[in-house]
Amino acid sequence: MSGNDSHGDSPLQGQSPDASTTEAVKQQAEPVTNGAPFDASKLVTSRNRITKDIRFRQMCIVTASASVLILVFLLGSLLVSGLPALSWTLLTGYPEPEPENAGLWPALMGTLWVCTMCALITLPLGIGTAILLEEFTPRNKLARNVLSLIQLNITNLAGVPSVVYGIIGLTAFVSMFSLFDDADSTDGPSMEMGAVYFDQFSNVASDPFLNTGDADARERYFLIPVDSRGAPVTVPKTGMLAYENGEAGFATVEILAIDPFTDEVSADADIMSRTIDNTSTPGRISEKQWYYLRLPFGRGVVAGALTLMLVILPVIIISTQEALRAVPATLRAGALGLGATPWQVVWNVTLPSAIPGIMTGAILAMSRAIGETAPILIIAGIVYIRSAPQHLMDDCTVMPLQIYNWIQRPQDEFHEIAAGGIVILLAILLTFNAVAILIRHRMQNKLR
Amino acid sequence: MSSTITRPKDPMGPSPRAKHDSKRHTASGHMRTDKPHDELPEKPATAIEMKDLSSWYGSFQALKSISLSVRKNKVTAFIGPSGCGKSTLLRWVNRMNDTIHTAHATGSLHLSDLDVMASTTDVVNLRRKVGIVFQKPNPFPKSIFDNVAFGPRLHMKLRRSELLDIVEWSLRKAAVWDEVKDRLHAPALGLSGGQQQRLCIARTIAVGPEVLLMDEPCSALDPGSTLAIEELMNELRNLYTIVIVTHNMQQASRCSDETAFFFEGKLIEMNDTRSIFTNPQSQRTEDYISGRFG
Repeated sequence: MSGNDSHGDSPLQGQSPDASTTEAVKQQAEPVTNGAPFDASKLVTSRNRITKDIRFRQMCIVTASASVLILVFLLGSLLVSGLPALSWTLLTGYPEPEPENAGLWPALMGTLWVCTMCALITLPLGIGTAILLEEFTPRNKLARNVLSLIQLNITNLAGVPSVVYGIIGLTAFVSMFSLFDDADSTDGPSMEMGAVYFDQFSNVASDPFLNTGDADARERYFLIPVDSRGAPVTVPKTGMLAYENGEAGFATVEILAIDPFTDEVSADADIMSRTIDNTSTPGRISEKQWYYLRLPFGRGVVAGALTLMLVILPVIIISTQEALRAVPATLRAGALGLGATPWQVVWNVTLPSAIPGIMTGAILAMSRAIGETAPILIIAGIVYIRSAPQHLMDDCTVMPLQIYNWIQRPQDEFHEIAAGGIVILLAILLTFNAVAILIRHRMQNKLR
Repeated sequence: MSSTITRPKDPMGPSPRAKHDSKRHTASGHMRTDKPHDELPEKPATAIEMKDLSSWYGSFQALKSISLSVRKNKVTAFIGPSGCGKSTLLRWVNRMNDTIHTAHATGSLHLSDLDVMASTTDVVNLRRKVGIVFQKPNPFPKSIFDNVAFGPRLHMKLRRSELLDIVEWSLRKAAVWDEVKDRLHAPALGLSGGQQQRLCIARTIAVGPEVLLMDEPCSALDPGSTLAIEELMNELRNLYTIVIVTHNMQQASRCSDETAFFFEGKLIEMNDTRSIFTNPQSQRTEDYISGRFG
């Protein structure tokens, strides 16, 4: 500053601009250091530094706008080719061989099922692990080492390619290392719940013993529940089930049987079991509840969700840890000082403060799960799924897989509806993100 | 947590400094003639008793065989240069040092009859009895009401009206009620630094502690807020045993009954505040309080 002062003293009036600049140069050449032990001629002129600063800012603007431009270009080209292909059929239709009738409803529902299951499994697991690693560090040195080993593993797992997770999922969840394979039964699961099996007697109207003369009887199927292990249950004396396969699904109907020995029409279960067993051709059908579970999982919603869990679990754990670490230690100390147990501190103080950060991580992770193709491709294979999943173990396809399937085909029409599918996928993704961000903002505002 | 929290009654009766205390606890039966705080009556009961307390962070010894007693319903100031161990000592009283993995200690520390250092001690209950106020105000990112109700909610099942009583009582005692009574459900982080610190004191006394530890409670506050906190301590001394760590010599001389001077992990001198400041026994104490070092 001393240079400026002496510069102000110099009489500027009446001097040519050249003279004043020479004066300034002279001033710059001999700046005053006020006795500080450095060579004043080595001072960097401020103009140089400011130029550098401006250059750097320009470079940042260029790189930032480059990434935005690329994104805009991609989205634009996608919308140009995808928007004309959008139609109600594309959203609600089933994958048909003709592109004009094809839709991705099963894939859409498959994505929803798989991602919901994935979130339900992954969020508690991931957040719980992060809480253990961050908030419950043990005093015991050995236990601390074990935890840091886990930490190291999680960090490494975040970088593993998702195809690898697909292969792990195939062995661990789909076939479960063949642990549950039963030597006695050729195929089918060895353990299951939530399913009822029926032996079905079709076309019983042609059965002379059961023919009641009813013209509609041809539509009837008789179903007798069986044990899932295979042996037919002895037909119950009362409460025997009979169903009519009508338009609205199976509906219970009254059973009348003709006793082969007396030729009389009867509803007696005894007579019916005898007649049905003796004369009908059995076939096995099943009714599975939405919560149908079995071991091994097989290719289905749960196997897919668990495999996606492997992909996004490290992401969720790491982002939750970051969020927990960002909560000021003074808050924890304040709660501890009031006599809160470590759990009360986590539940009442740390978690509420960390929730916005945790949600950010969860949003990013779920976005990745929705778009992930490779592991699901390995789990589900490119099978032609023509229905939305009905239960947790049902075969399913997901939207990226369906889009992949369409793009593979030679016809241009399929490529167009694939672009439409991508637009729908992006729309779903953005909707989810928007909702999550909205919730996050609400919570953040509540905390302030 | 079987014990219930009872609001401490004024055992000494209202002191002349407790001007804001409108209700006089005449029914408490403990009425004594008011005395200025630095004229000590017969030796009062001991609240905290330490014997040969040494403490380490890893291999670094922070406290070297400290033996001292803190008297009940008095304000005791811990002074000394930075790093002399006074905060460490304070944090052993409610075992906050448990959260530091490398911290360990030997010796004994008793709170009335409770052996604080024993591994079997219920730390949660101990910390309810020994409240702590930190250097920087640390209200939770919740409403003012929820901040004060936080402690009682941890320890008790209360009806809303009971909770409201406790919150009002605590805020009144912490001399912040008049400023916040119209916005109890506003965020606590919207208060000024001094108000936040008094809110933290209200939050601490809401669980009914016996001892109040204050770790440089005014070092982040402006002079006006500091004065408010000091006045508050003068009022609260009748209810609680207060231990305050401070770097401010004037503060120590203004508001404490006894002062302990620490240097490099050792207790150099502990005496009546007046004696320490007028007639220190140790040269180092004299150097420190006269501002020659530290």
